[in-house]
Amino acid sequence: MSVAITTQSSIQDSEPVFHVIDEHAHPEGASTMLGFWIYLMSDCLIFAMLFATYGVLGGNYAAGPSPKDLFDLKLVALNTTMLLLSSITYGFAMLTMEKSRIGQTQLWLAITGLFGLAFLGIELTEFAHMIHEGATPQRSAFLSSFFTLVGTHGLHVTFGLVWLVTLMVQTARFGLTEANRRRLMCLSMFWHFLDVVWIGVFTFVYLLGMLR
Amino acid sequence: MTTKAHAEAHTLEANAGHGHDDHGGASHGSLKSYLIGFGLSVILTAVPFWLVMTGTIADKAVTALIVLVLAAVQIVVHMIYFLHMNTRSENGWTMMAMIFTVIMVVIALTGSLWVMHHLNVNMMPMHDMSQMP
Repeated sequence: MSVAITTQSSIQDSEPVFHVIDEHAHPEGASTMLGFWIYLMSDCLIFAMLFATYGVLGGNYAAGPSPKDLFDLKLVALNTTMLLLSSITYGFAMLTMEKSRIGQTQLWLAITGLFGLAFLGIELTEFAHMIHEGATPQRSAFLSSFFTLVGTHGLHVTFGLVWLVTLMVQTARFGLTEANRRRLMCLSMFWHFLDVVWIGVFTFVYLLGMLR
Repeated sequence: MTTKAHAEAHTLEANAGHGHDDHGGASHGSLKSYLIGFGLSVILTAVPFWLVMTGTIADKAVTALIVLVLAAVQIVVHMIYFLHMNTRSENGWTMMAMIFTVIMVVIALTGSLWVMHHLNVNMMPMHDMSQMP
């Protein structure tokens, strides 16, 4: 790298230049992973605010239903299992991607998608059941903050699934190219990050909600 | 490759003009690390659910504390085994970004809960509403 304190010919008689004059090489996608990581960290702050809101409002039932009346821990445990399994299957997809086994990668991605879909299905069933019982987001501050927090996580999973299908189509059409590998690694970080957020949700909202 | 040789290779590469080296990126982990992470996660998920669902520990405050500690441990496990966090990836910038985020999250969470809890306590009516006829 030419760290130039050399002076350019045009400004030879004026002040010396103390920065790199030559533009060094920026390989495509070299900063993608760091950039995506910083996106995830900002997403983390969104969830932190929603957790704080839930923490403040979570006890305000407005004489409505409380967590004990609404939550079914068996369902939540099943949900958690689905997301945890989808995390490990995505890990397997990454491992097979490194070995350039495109068929196996696609298979593991499909399994991950199915687990993600199962997670969403169970969550929506839970929401539908709650709303059917009159526990809508409008009912109390507890329910408003609950639906906002858990709903935002569910929305992230939904977009993750859309992204997953998109990348499966991309991989099927163009193969495991450098760009597709990079995209799959970004989605890997996104997917594992959602699992980390879910740890906070099931602990803070469901388990501690039942202990209230 | 030994560490020294690796460092030398790095220097050579840097001299050759590849300022953004490819080695600084995220590591990928192995089958073993994924399985260890998964095993730990299963235990760290199952234990808090079991504690709350069966009510093994009578004291709810103690149960809540254990559940919170297990969640914190599980988050670290996920960070290390699934997200492959370490101090080396991207020359330490991912770790720096994460430390900054954790500080922000801790300030936001504890600040909100602390202030709003005290506000709640101070705004309470003097008599207990649940005792009213």
